Amino acid sequence: MDQLLQHLLNGLLLGATYSLLGIGLTLVFGLMNVVNFAHGEFYTLGAYAAFAALTLASVGFFLAIPLAIAAGALAGAVCERCLLRPLRGQSIDTVMLVMIGVWIAMQNAELLGWGGVAKSVPTPFPTQPVVLGPASVAPLRIFVFVVSGALILGAHLLLARTKLGRAMRATFQDRETAALMGVSIERIHTVTFAFGAGLAAAAGALLGPVFLLYPSMGDLASLKAFSVVILGGLGNFAGAALGGLVLGVAEELGAGYVSSGYRDAVGFLVIVAVLLLRPSGLFARAERVG
Amino acid sequence: MKRAIRALTIALGAVLAVSSGPVRAQEAVKIGVIQPLSGPVAASGNYIRMGAEIARDWINAKGGVLGRKVELLIEDNKSDPKEAATAAEKLIVRDKVPVIVGAWGSSMTLAAMPKLEEYGVPMVVETSSAATITKRGNPWIFRISPPSEMEALGLEKYLKDFGIKQADFLAVNTDWGRGAVGAFGDVLKRSGASVGAVEFMDQAATDMNAQITKVKAGTADTLFLTTSVEQITLVLKQAQEQRLARKVITTGGSSAPSQLIKQAGAAAEGTYHILFFLPWFPEAMPDGKLARAFVDEWAKRGHPFDGLTEGFRGHDGVLTAVEGVRIAGKPDPKAVREALWQVSVMGVNGPIKFEKDGPAGKESGQSKPSIFIVQVKDGKIALPAFAAKK
Repeated sequence: MDQLLQHLLNGLLLGATYSLLGIGLTLVFGLMNVVNFAHGEFYTLGAYAAFAALTLASVGFFLAIPLAIAAGALAGAVCERCLLRPLRGQSIDTVMLVMIGVWIAMQNAELLGWGGVAKSVPTPFPTQPVVLGPASVAPLRIFVFVVSGALILGAHLLLARTKLGRAMRATFQDRETAALMGVSIERIHTVTFAFGAGLAAAAGALLGPVFLLYPSMGDLASLKAFSVVILGGLGNFAGAALGGLVLGVAEELGAGYVSSGYRDAVGFLVIVAVLLLRPSGLFARAERVG
Repeated sequence: MKRAIRALTIALGAVLAVSSGPVRAQEAVKIGVIQPLSGPVAASGNYIRMGAEIARDWINAKGGVLGRKVELLIEDNKSDPKEAATAAEKLIVRDKVPVIVGAWGSSMTLAAMPKLEEYGVPMVVETSSAATITKRGNPWIFRISPPSEMEALGLEKYLKDFGIKQADFLAVNTDWGRGAVGAFGDVLKRSGASVGAVEFMDQAATDMNAQITKVKAGTADTLFLTTSVEQITLVLKQAQEQRLARKVITTGGSSAPSQLIKQAGAAAEGTYHILFFLPWFPEAMPDGKLARAFVDEWAKRGHPFDGLTEGFRGHDGVLTAVEGVRIAGKPDPKAVREALWQVSVMGVNGPIKFEKDGPAGKESGQSKPSIFIVQVKDGKIALPAFAAKK
C-alpha cells in the first residue's frame, strides 16, 4: 500500500512532465498540421538557454525560466519565418522532411556548442525531500508540477478565450475566410509556431534542473510528446494534459508491478489500445463527419 | 644553350624523383577507432578519443611504428549498435585499416563483431564488459577491459568488508547491464548473500522513480548500479528524493565519481565505485610513472579531469593495437591478429597480455586488467580502508 502511494505520486509527477511536453506539440501538430520533429530540440534549447542564463549571465533561477521561454519562442519564430513560410501550401511530407532536417541540425549544433558531457542546472530548492506519510517528493518537483499546471491552463485560456486565440483557431480552420475577416494570416502562423516552441522551451527549462542536460535529451522528449498528443487527440489541450498523466501513471505502474524492463512497452501498449478503441484520442469530442 | 636546358631538365627530374620517393614510404599506419561521439553516451566516447590521441602523439614523438607515423581514423557510432556495424565496415572496406579499437558499449561491440569476422580484421575492445563478447568464438576480438565476471571476482575479496547480506540490482537494459546482473549475482550467491529485486532501465530513460520505489520496498542492504555516469547521477538524486537507504556500489568503471560529486552532490556521499584507473592516486597504479605522465598530459591539453577514468582506455587500446602492428612488422590484418597474441605492454591500467577465452579453436583474446574500488567520502574520492590494506 505504501509502495502504491509512492508509485502513484511518481506517476503523477512524471505524467505532469509529459503533459507539459505534449501541449506545445499538440498546438503545432494539431492546429498547424506541422509534424514538428524538432519539438524535442526546442525543449533542449530551452534547457540550455536556462543553463546559460544561470551560469554564464548569472541571472536568478526564476528569471532564467522566462528568458529560456523567450529564447525558444524566438527560435521558433525564426524557424517558421525562414523555413516554413516558403513551404506554405506544400504537402505535409515536405514539411515533415524539413522538420527532420531542423531536428538533426539543432541537435548537432547543441553537441558542437556544449559538448557531450551532461550538465546539471543548479536550483535554489533544497535537496531534502518533503515527506508525505509513506511517500516523499523533492521540493523542485512540486514547483515544476505547479508551474506546469499553470502553463497548461494559461495556454488553454489563451487559445479559448482571447482574440488572438480565436484568430489562431480561425486561421487553421479556414485561412481564406479568416483573411477576409482581417486576420493577418502570416503573422498568426509565426505566432502559433513560436508559441508552441516557447512551450517546449518552458518544458526544457523546468525539467532540465530535474534531470540532466545533454544534446540528445530532446529525443526522448519528442517521443513522449508524440505519445501524449496521440493519446489526447490532436490539438486538444485538456487531452494532452490528461493524456500525459495517463501515460505517466501507466508507465509507473507497469514498471512497478509488471516489469521495469518493459516500462516503455507498457506506455506504448496503452497507446495501441487507445488507437484501436478511440482512434482520435482518449478525450476527443464526437466529430461530425462530412 | 640547348644542352644547358637539357641538363636543367634532367636535374629537375632527379630532384622530383628523390623528393617524391620517401613520401610514399612515409604513408602513415592507419588505426581505426569506433566510439560514441554523439548520442546519450557521447561524453564517454569523446574522452576515449582524447586518450587515444595522447597515445598516438606519444608514439609518434618516439618515431611512430615501423618507421611510419600512426594516424587515427575515428568513426562515430552515435551510441547505436547499427551505426557501430556500419562504422566497422567503413573503416575496413574504405580505409583498409589493419586493426580497430572500439566500440565502447557491449551492444555496439557485439553489433560490429560479425563484420570483423566477415572481412578478417582484429579489434581491440577497450571498454565493453559483457561476457558474451569473448565467449562467442570470434577469433578477431582482443579485449583489454574486464568482463563483468572478472570485475565481480575482483570484488569477491572485499565482500566480507562490505558485509552484504542481500543486494538489489538496478541496471541499464543492454547486454552490459544484463551481463553484470548475472555475474555479480553469481559471486554474491557463492558467498552466501542473496539477490533481492532486479530492475532494469532503458538506456535513455531519465526518470527511474518507479524502479527506486520497487527497490525501496525490499529488505536489501546494498544496491548494485550498472549504467552510464549520467544515469547514475539521476538514480542517486532520485534515490535521495525517495529516502532510499542503501549502500550503493557502481560497476563497469564508467561512473566518473568526480563528476558525480559535482552533479549529484550530497546524493553521491558514501557510494562505492569499481574503477580501472585511479587518476586521484596515479602512484597507486601498477606503473605509477606512466599513470602520472598520462594524468599530467591530460591536464596539459585542457581535458576535464572527470574524463580520465574513461580516457585511459583510449590510450591503452591504441597502445595495444600499435604494438600489434609493430610485432607483425606490417600493417596487415591477419599478421596483426597473430601478433596481438604476443603483445606484452604496460598500459595505464597495468600490464596487457592476452589469454585465450571462448570455444576451442576460435578463441578470443582477453587480458587481465587491474580492478580498484573507491568511495566518495566528505565530497572527495578516497580509497576505502579495507581496499588500501589489501
